[in-house]
Amino acid sequence: MRLFGHKLSLLAQIGLAIVALNLFLAIFAPLVAPYDQTAVLGDAWADADWQHWLGLDNLGRDLLSRLIFGARMSIGLSLVITALSFFIGIVTGFAAAVAGGWVDQALSRFVDLLLSMPTLIFAFVILSVLGSGLPVLIVTIAVLDSTKVFRLARSVAVGLVSLEFVEAARLRGEGWWWIITREILPNAIPPLTAEFGLRFCFTFLFIAALSFLGLGVQPPAADWGSMVKDYRDMINFGSAAPIYPAAAIAILTIGVNFVVDWMLSIHSRGQGEGA
Amino acid sequence: MTAAPDNPIVLDVRAMRVAVRTDHGDGPVLVDDVSLALRRGEVIGLIGESGAGKSTIGLASMGYTRRNCFIVGGQILFAGADLRVMTADQRRALRGLKLAYIAQSAAASFNPAMTLMDQVCEAPVRHGVMGRAEAKAAAVQLFRELDLPNPETIGLRYPHQVSGGQLQRVMAAMAMIGRPEIIVFDEPTTALDVTTQVECLAAFRRLVRVHRAAALYITHDLAVVAQIADRIMVLRRGKTVEVGDARQILQDPQEEYTRRLVRERIAGSTFVARPEGAAPLLAVERVTAHYTGRPNVIDDVSLEVFRGDTVAVVGESGSGKSTLARVVTGLLPRAAGDVRFHGASLPPRLKDRSRDQLRRIQMIYQMPDVALNPQQTLLDVIGRPVSFYFRRSRAEVRARVQELLRQMDLPEHFVDRKTSELSGGQKQRVSIARALAAEPDLIICDEVTSALDQLVGEEILRLLKRLQDELGVAYLFITHDLGTVKRIANKVVVMLRGRTVASGDTASVFAPPYHPYTELLLSSVPEMRPDWLDGVLARRAAITTA
Amino acid sequence: MGKLILQRSILGLLTLLAASALIFIGTEVLPGDLASAILQNQATPENLAKLRLDLGLDKPAILRYVEWLFGALRGDFGHSLANGRDVLEEIVPRFANTMFLAAYAAVVAVPLAVGLGLAAAIRQGGAFDRTVNILTLMTISVPEYFLAYLLIKYVAVELGWFPSLANVSSDTPFFDRLYYAFLPMVTLVLVIVAHMMRMTRASVLAVMASPYIEMAILKGLTKTRIVLRHALPNALAPIISVVALNLAYLIVGVVVVETVFVYPGLGQLMVDEVSKHDVPVVQACGLIFAATFIVLNMVADILSILSNPRLRRLR
Repeated sequence: MRLFGHKLSLLAQIGLAIVALNLFLAIFAPLVAPYDQTAVLGDAWADADWQHWLGLDNLGRDLLSRLIFGARMSIGLSLVITALSFFIGIVTGFAAAVAGGWVDQALSRFVDLLLSMPTLIFAFVILSVLGSGLPVLIVTIAVLDSTKVFRLARSVAVGLVSLEFVEAARLRGEGWWWIITREILPNAIPPLTAEFGLRFCFTFLFIAALSFLGLGVQPPAADWGSMVKDYRDMINFGSAAPIYPAAAIAILTIGVNFVVDWMLSIHSRGQGEGA
Repeated sequence: MTAAPDNPIVLDVRAMRVAVRTDHGDGPVLVDDVSLALRRGEVIGLIGESGAGKSTIGLASMGYTRRNCFIVGGQILFAGADLRVMTADQRRALRGLKLAYIAQSAAASFNPAMTLMDQVCEAPVRHGVMGRAEAKAAAVQLFRELDLPNPETIGLRYPHQVSGGQLQRVMAAMAMIGRPEIIVFDEPTTALDVTTQVECLAAFRRLVRVHRAAALYITHDLAVVAQIADRIMVLRRGKTVEVGDARQILQDPQEEYTRRLVRERIAGSTFVARPEGAAPLLAVERVTAHYTGRPNVIDDVSLEVFRGDTVAVVGESGSGKSTLARVVTGLLPRAAGDVRFHGASLPPRLKDRSRDQLRRIQMIYQMPDVALNPQQTLLDVIGRPVSFYFRRSRAEVRARVQELLRQMDLPEHFVDRKTSELSGGQKQRVSIARALAAEPDLIICDEVTSALDQLVGEEILRLLKRLQDELGVAYLFITHDLGTVKRIANKVVVMLRGRTVASGDTASVFAPPYHPYTELLLSSVPEMRPDWLDGVLARRAAITTA
Repeated sequence: MGKLILQRSILGLLTLLAASALIFIGTEVLPGDLASAILQNQATPENLAKLRLDLGLDKPAILRYVEWLFGALRGDFGHSLANGRDVLEEIVPRFANTMFLAAYAAVVAVPLAVGLGLAAAIRQGGAFDRTVNILTLMTISVPEYFLAYLLIKYVAVELGWFPSLANVSSDTPFFDRLYYAFLPMVTLVLVIVAHMMRMTRASVLAVMASPYIEMAILKGLTKTRIVLRHALPNALAPIISVVALNLAYLIVGVVVVETVFVYPGLGQLMVDEVSKHDVPVVQACGLIFAATFIVLNMVADILSILSNPRLRRLR
């Protein structure tokens, strides 16, 4: 199997399979899940059997079906946030690199400042006053995370701006719109694709952690992180209930990381070949 | 300087093959069936363009290969023992003592965290052949032989505290201290300015002769190898093209490839330009420029370019020649003075210039790899100036690009290829086509051949010359290579530390009476005659004693 | 070089000041005001007015910021909105617990990670390197609570070796603390060792690829000598900043781990108070976490200035 003109490693194939499976479950949850996620089907914490592969949960709902529906919330929310964070980060990062001067200085110092604090802590401060509504979560995390995208986008663009083909475009008299969209963006896509994977993982874990702490997705909506929280007490009775959603989180991030790791390795290999 | 032909053979490489092997399968063969026999006291020059496998041969002669490269065939006999079948410890015992290596970049090849003396003495002390005091004395002795300043104390310094030329000689001391039987010189003067190169070359030769060591001297420059080698081996794409006595290779090469290398290097055709018109096309008048908060990089520089002229600006690194180009293009606004084009003053800043002013001055760069956007096709790259400046239809643009490709001797069907698929020489042709697409009056050529292999560079120069004859475009040629200047420029400006030291017609600047710096530069350019270096050293000795 | 360190220290202080402003502004961004956000649906005009007065919301924001900052410098973070207790008294014992857990994890994790990183770099491409690479890639990707619940289920519940709740108090003896906090420590170690080890490996490999290492090989030096004398001194600066960076990360990782093990640390407190909209406590916790993070990063930079051979000799 090949992707971007390179042969996929075994780990990358496993990673892609995991990502594909998760996306499939998230999109087709109502068709795939054996039961409705809200249907009460029996006693709380009923053991696993052939009807309910992972048993029932604290309210007697099918755990497997809840997991499959949880994929929607977890993955969908993270994708929305990552996309927004990329949009903000790339626009500001490229603008800083191309404009240079005080625009670059101001943006860079502000981002340095935001990055000088742990994201989680700053998110706590915001959520303590604004509460954990979905729009608040999306905007807060996207803005905080866009600082990291900004750094990468800026450094990639600064590297490209100093190259002579960009200088040639400037000498020709091209405007900044042409330079960004035609000269810089096409060359910035490979490193940014890998970063998208990493940022997605980060956001995904971040949202899940907030939900686990009770500060993320609020009931009745549920993602995998809040399921871990809801089931956590059962661990002391020997049940593996909180481990299932936690494992779902772990498997997806491992899968994405396998793919990202492979992408980063072909990127560095490509650079080494010239020597 | 010829070694006695009956000296014993110290290194005998037989049918060596080196290939790339990775987890993803077998890669290309870098060295294919190469054999050589090196006698005691003999210097063999390995010469070839990039990709010839010369460095790989040098390293493999020490039983070493870089990551993912493997010696897959043949024998490497040192004093009768095959380095390939030895244990790693046996090989290690030879390196640094019997076999020594001098790398291209001294700055990168010294550990930044250790003093020079510690690094020079390390090999003999660690191998247990010298005590520390004995090694230090030997090192100071070598520093003195190599004409290093303050031989007693220079060893206390760290690598970043001495100049590039000095560091290269300290590396020679580091190689010599174990009294090696074989030294591998891997392009040791390539990274240096010409005036520094002469000193290093002379020091290396003296060292090899005094210590009667055998050496492999790797370089891409035939004139350099002519000064130091007894025999020359010409390599191309990992294969031997020709081996022979140095004089024979230089004066009577047998193979066509060698002949081309030798011929191109000698060919110094006198270039007759036909400047037209009375008023200069470009007039740089007493220009001064600097980067924000820095001292002046160029100071009070003037020059004139007429239509049909080729004006070369020469100087070593730090002379300000590239900055001059940036001032003319407007990338760096001038601080004082004036730049006039067609008689009218050009705005200092790029963004204040009109589209027509921009069109008339085009630029070609040193590194073709970064001068072209790797994601664009040739149609995008060459066609953009056509549509940008002349607002032509898509079909007209395509036709014009194909016409330009023909003019560059590139196949027309390349029009839809991406630039990243081309070779270095082809990319440089595309850069030229992009410049010509704007139909400029003046093209600034910034070291356009120095990143290219010799033969490819020659073809580019010839192409530039032909285009000038056909189109009458003027060139401002920025270069450090005096050979290029003599061949292509009718006028020359010599720069030193931001100032003009000489300017005028090439013939008069390069003829006596010289400015002293021009003379130093001229005399430092290696020539093919094997006795060139002796001549230079003799003349310089005469000047200093006088 | 002294000048560089001074510059970095001043920058650290300025960052800290700016961070405090940011934390303060963070609580000012709401559309209404703090009082209505805190009371939400229990807001009546009377208790809104009273709360506004309590919070000093009648004064301009800049004045309240200065008062808050100077109060914080004197150790006065105000009173908790939830239970009216002095914020500092609430925080101090919990901060001590958090630092204990973080230090416990760091003492185990740092030598382990640097050792593994070096070993993997020296055997680059070998079986050990590949195994460690895959294992750490997986641990990096995994959330802390996943590891924590695995440990609880298997080590605490099934084997019964360690307690699943780390309920220490101020009078728990030192060795008992080590025992109670063992599983939280292991969780944290698993999380940061992977990061630290990979970054150590990468910085050693970057040094090992440099021409002076090739030169050392061609001088016939032994592998041990090459690693210890040529690679390590140059890899030290990056390794030190890797370690400090990960200790800073530890401070954040601690929040989730404390919640899982119900460990009475600052992170758990902060999480509780966020959901109660107890702004003074959240601000104080945020400031302390941010300060620890900023100071650690500053120390990292200063240490790498100190260990850079080129800078060390600049006077």
